Amino acid sequence: MKIDASKPLEYSTEENNNKIFGFWIFLGAEIALFATLFTVYFVMVNRFASGPSGPEIFEIGPVLIETFLLLSSSFTIGLAVHAMRHGYKKAMMVFMAITLLMGLGFLGIEIMEFFTYVHEGATLQTSGFLSSLFVLLGTHGAHVTFGFLWGTGIMIQLWRQGINPATANKSFIFSLYWHFLDVVWIFIFSFVYLKGMM
Amino acid sequence: MDLERFKVHGEPLIYGAMISIVLATIGIIVGLTYFKKWGYLWREWLTTVDHKKIGVMYILAALLMLFRGGIDAMMMRLQTAAPEMKFLDAQHYNEVFTTHGLIMILFMAMPFIIGLMNVIIPLQIGARDVAFPRLNAVSFWLFFFGAMLLNISFVIGGSPDAGWSAYFPLASLEFSPTVGNNYYSLALQISGIGTLITGVNFIVTILKMRAPGMKLMKMPMFTWSVLITNVIIVFAFPVLTVALALMMFDRIFGSQFFTMANGGMDMLWANLFWVWGHPEVYIVVLPAFGIYSEIVATFSKKNLYGYTSMVFSMIIISLLSFLVWAHHFYTMGQGVMVNSFFSITTMAIAVPTGVKIFNWLFTLRKGRISFTTPMLYTLAFIPIFTIGGVTGVMLAMASADYQYHNTMFLVAHFHYVLIPGAVFAVIAGFHYWFPKVFGFRLNERLGKHAFWWIIISFNVTFFPLFFLGLMGMTRRMYTYSEETGFGPLNMLSFAGAVGLAIGFVILVYNIYWSTRYMPRDTTGDPWDGRTLEWATNSPIPAYNFAVVPKVQTRDAFWSQKVDNIQLYEEKITKIHMPSNTGKPFILGAIFFVFGFSLVFSLWIPAILSGIGILIVMAAMSFDRDHGFYIPAEEVIATEKKLRGETV
Repeated sequence: MKIDASKPLEYSTEENNNKIFGFWIFLGAEIALFATLFTVYFVMVNRFASGPSGPEIFEIGPVLIETFLLLSSSFTIGLAVHAMRHGYKKAMMVFMAITLLMGLGFLGIEIMEFFTYVHEGATLQTSGFLSSLFVLLGTHGAHVTFGFLWGTGIMIQLWRQGINPATANKSFIFSLYWHFLDVVWIFIFSFVYLKGMM
Repeated sequence: MDLERFKVHGEPLIYGAMISIVLATIGIIVGLTYFKKWGYLWREWLTTVDHKKIGVMYILAALLMLFRGGIDAMMMRLQTAAPEMKFLDAQHYNEVFTTHGLIMILFMAMPFIIGLMNVIIPLQIGARDVAFPRLNAVSFWLFFFGAMLLNISFVIGGSPDAGWSAYFPLASLEFSPTVGNNYYSLALQISGIGTLITGVNFIVTILKMRAPGMKLMKMPMFTWSVLITNVIIVFAFPVLTVALALMMFDRIFGSQFFTMANGGMDMLWANLFWVWGHPEVYIVVLPAFGIYSEIVATFSKKNLYGYTSMVFSMIIISLLSFLVWAHHFYTMGQGVMVNSFFSITTMAIAVPTGVKIFNWLFTLRKGRISFTTPMLYTLAFIPIFTIGGVTGVMLAMASADYQYHNTMFLVAHFHYVLIPGAVFAVIAGFHYWFPKVFGFRLNERLGKHAFWWIIISFNVTFFPLFFLGLMGMTRRMYTYSEETGFGPLNMLSFAGAVGLAIGFVILVYNIYWSTRYMPRDTTGDPWDGRTLEWATNSPIPAYNFAVVPKVQTRDAFWSQKVDNIQLYEEKITKIHMPSNTGKPFILGAIFFVFGFSLVFSLWIPAILSGIGILIVMAAMSFDRDHGFYIPAEEVIATEKKLRGETV
């Protein structure tokens, strides 16, 4: 493994470079995936049959907290990468932990929100609109869940091995993933909730 | 638990299949134990991360699926060979044409191409490996176990029966109550994830790992076609992922995406399916174009005519492929404007495709042509594919399509496109690259025998279907009465199908015969090739190239031979290799259990295997195995041995 000291640690080997480039391409595929889900949602948004429509079930309070948590976590993962570039292992792990905890908080609120919907009689089976809503939010939520597990795994490796080309590479790729989840959430927030409450 | 759901009833053919599957499995297990090959199988194949071995496994699996899909085809042609045939019942016929389409496209054509891609691409670009060798193994095992999941459907629970396009509401729980379409959604999902990973892997490989000096416009045409194909894969497969997930939610969890009530929309399925499905056609056809380009240039002893226009025509085809999906349902009640738009974009694809056809013809012009088996397939491809293309333009006209749609004319058209445009190509590529992988050629005489059987029988099988379609025979019709007059042409088509089967049997016999009797090749370059894969030894050593080549021209190996431009400068040093790992295989196997559990809504095994998947992924992430080095002396010894010199 040839390490190029003139580059940041996460880019320092050919393998690392390829992994980051490959992950960008994977994110391209993820964009196609979410674009398809959004399209399905837009097709279905007015097909609520005898079930409730968006404005009847959406509540701004929890959604604002979710947005706050996720957007802040995107900032803290940025701080984690910044700490990594300076070689501060402890600070990096603290910022990653904060990021993951905020992700967990987001998930908790989303699950409560789902419970509320179901309690109000708005289930996956009720209408085309609700099916597409649950699948779009659920896919994003599943990504956050996966991100939480992935991030935890990376933290264990950081704790054991410290910051080296391999862990730096993994952490950086994870940060790209986490930012991506944030971008998707901004679209959900704007086009599902805000538009749905207008 | 209700065991009745797992049983398939009533068909002696299926009972026969069950018995033969059980016997074959017992035979394989006994054989492996008797010859003590379990360790060999595990060490050399199941845990391999070598792109060449993975490619070979893809091709083996694809050949197996070719025979599975081929038997489906024979059953269909036999059932319709004469009026009022009593061979299959309607339900079984539905299952047979559904799995025939699915298997041939997704589990035969595509994996065959991915197999060739795996074997050849790193060699053509002068690389030691693909970018992510372990992920490559993951791709293969996901594909393989996805294929197995679909294949067990006809003995456990029932095959999908709503056509390979699985249109809703026909594919909904209400109209297709067996678990067949559950299998459809999960088997395709699992192998589709594998394909997406392949797409990412090969884009990185081609863009980042080319030999020094190989600019994009110096890449061999097959590499170009694969690059473009993988870009299509990365943008098309997520749509399939979503479509299949929604199908699963509708069928297993009772959501309302494609239902007829509660705000569901059945046309949403048709759109999602074909937004993926039409590009999928080009995912199998574009690499075929690449294979033909290589073969035409090699066996005409000329540079490929119009290299740049070849590249641009492929890029244009790939863009247009995303803009034509609605031509699959002109007759389902879209407006005139929509039909016109899709009609024009569809016909536009004929232009870049025509450019390619002319380029191949101009490459042949004044060439010193040698009529080898791969070249014969290439030469046969040109006129046959053109017939497919012209009938395609006929179908592309929305107004005329109201006449042809859902008739055998359509069936004839897409077989005339896909068989020369994918199957002949992979067979040609198989003959062409076989000596590279195994170190000996396939027998030419047997190869040509198989060729003539296949080409003539292909036309006998599918040409009558154009006329049957024009006479009004609709597709997917399991029987018909004598008064329709469809009988004689259908019988002719069945005779052709028998001929095709004979051709494929000869092809396989050729592999067996050649393995035993063909002389070994020590030059590494049996065809007088042009591109880098012929510059290394055959069979290919694990590290591909002892020294990474330096490229200055297109067809770099040819310029080394003709203009004496040297490829290698440095001396041999130690080579880094990735270690084998069993995790991709285990991951695939757990995915299989996960898929099977969801098909039958067995929640506890589904949750456990879901957790298992996460655990294996974590184990792969925690793995700190950085591979090993092959010492320089060993590389030198291997090189000498492969060149036939005594060490």
